Amino acid sequence: MEPVLLKEGIYWVGAIDWDMQYFHGPIYKTHRGTTYNSYLIIDEKITLVDAVYAPFAGEMLERIKRLIDPSQIDYIVVNHVETDHSGALPELMKLVPHAQIFCTARGKAGLQKHYYGDWDYRVVKSGTELSLGKRTLSFIEAPMLHWPDSMFTYIKEEALLMPNDAFGQHLASSFRFDDEVDNDLIMAEASRYYANILYPLSKLVLKKLDEVAALDIPISMIAPSHGVIWRENPGQIIEAYRRWASGVWQPRAVVVYDTMWGSTAAMARSIVRGLAAEGVDAKLIKVSIRDTNNIFTELLDSRLLIVGSPTVNRSYLSVLSPFLDDLTGLKPVNRLGAAFGSYGWSRGAVKAIEGKLEGAGLDLAGEGLEVLWVPDDAEIDRCYEWGRALARAIKE
Amino acid sequence: MEKWECDVCGYIYDPAKGDSDAGIEPGTSFEDLPDDWVCPECGVGKEDFSRLD
Repeated sequence: MEPVLLKEGIYWVGAIDWDMQYFHGPIYKTHRGTTYNSYLIIDEKITLVDAVYAPFAGEMLERIKRLIDPSQIDYIVVNHVETDHSGALPELMKLVPHAQIFCTARGKAGLQKHYYGDWDYRVVKSGTELSLGKRTLSFIEAPMLHWPDSMFTYIKEEALLMPNDAFGQHLASSFRFDDEVDNDLIMAEASRYYANILYPLSKLVLKKLDEVAALDIPISMIAPSHGVIWRENPGQIIEAYRRWASGVWQPRAVVVYDTMWGSTAAMARSIVRGLAAEGVDAKLIKVSIRDTNNIFTELLDSRLLIVGSPTVNRSYLSVLSPFLDDLTGLKPVNRLGAAFGSYGWSRGAVKAIEGKLEGAGLDLAGEGLEVLWVPDDAEIDRCYEWGRALARAIKE
Repeated sequence: MEKWECDVCGYIYDPAKGDSDAGIEPGTSFEDLPDDWVCPECGVGKEDFSRLD
């Protein structure tokens, strides 16, 4: 296994995880695997920027050994404490017990509470510079992008930004660079990553983009901690992050529902036809059979989220609970919502869903739609007209 | 003196308690916290706090 050259003296020495299916425990499905990007800088001070997930320590060390003896590593930069990047540290530190570890104050506290290592921590702040010899590292603290300990590393002489998870994608591939991998695939995974992890931090994303722009530093390459390295077009992902964080939208909708005996499903289909009649394309997603990570990715572009459920025990079907809980946590920016469903006696689902939509920061675009038992033709038309009215509301 | 809540992580700054780890005495209002004071839980700045009514 070979290292991969980024710029002279700077190498990718990470690992490719083709089999990874779930990230963050079971909540983020990684259908295309991932990579753990670790970078080695050969300079007067040999420096490793981030490590890899523990099971892949051997792969990282093998790539490093093609270049140097790992015991020659002087500095280790830990941009982020999370285990998928720091997991190999204990094994690495056995080989380089005297290496200096550069991280934020919260990074040091986090590493100590993960690994309990008696290591040589060097706490850095925004603006701290570290000379490696020919190259100088400049650190940019980035609290809550996406953890309190997070920071970016910028190699001044190379105009190379290493922002750890920011701009990353869970995408395993044989090739390392953005010009070598299908662009649609990269953007699909980059958007999925943003929607499912960074969405609630959008205000901070915008502030950090402005802060970095104000530094007026050239950025010719962005090397994140997962997925492809942006060498041909780093502007593409910077611009995409700005769009997503700003809540820019298309006149599209996502309809998420489930059903007990088919009535809510029939309503859902009619609503989708009504949206389409006004030119609004919608994805109809039966939540029990689909990947909910996809829903949040769709919401990055879609202005409107419609959620439907029959009423059971005075509320919505519990199969919607994981999705609605995630929605509350992810807080999509600048989005509208509405609720619908069939009921038999007490009602309750629509009101409960509306509460969740508002709790997640969505504005309700219209009144909820409820039908008793099985909708007749007139009620199917009502659903269609409700869809049309919502479509007109989003286009205003 | 009002309490303020961190928009990002929900930490509540209570002026009656202050923030001893950062050397902030009890009785310090949010407005009087230094400009470079950050949320003790997640590290974001004062500008990411909202007053709790």
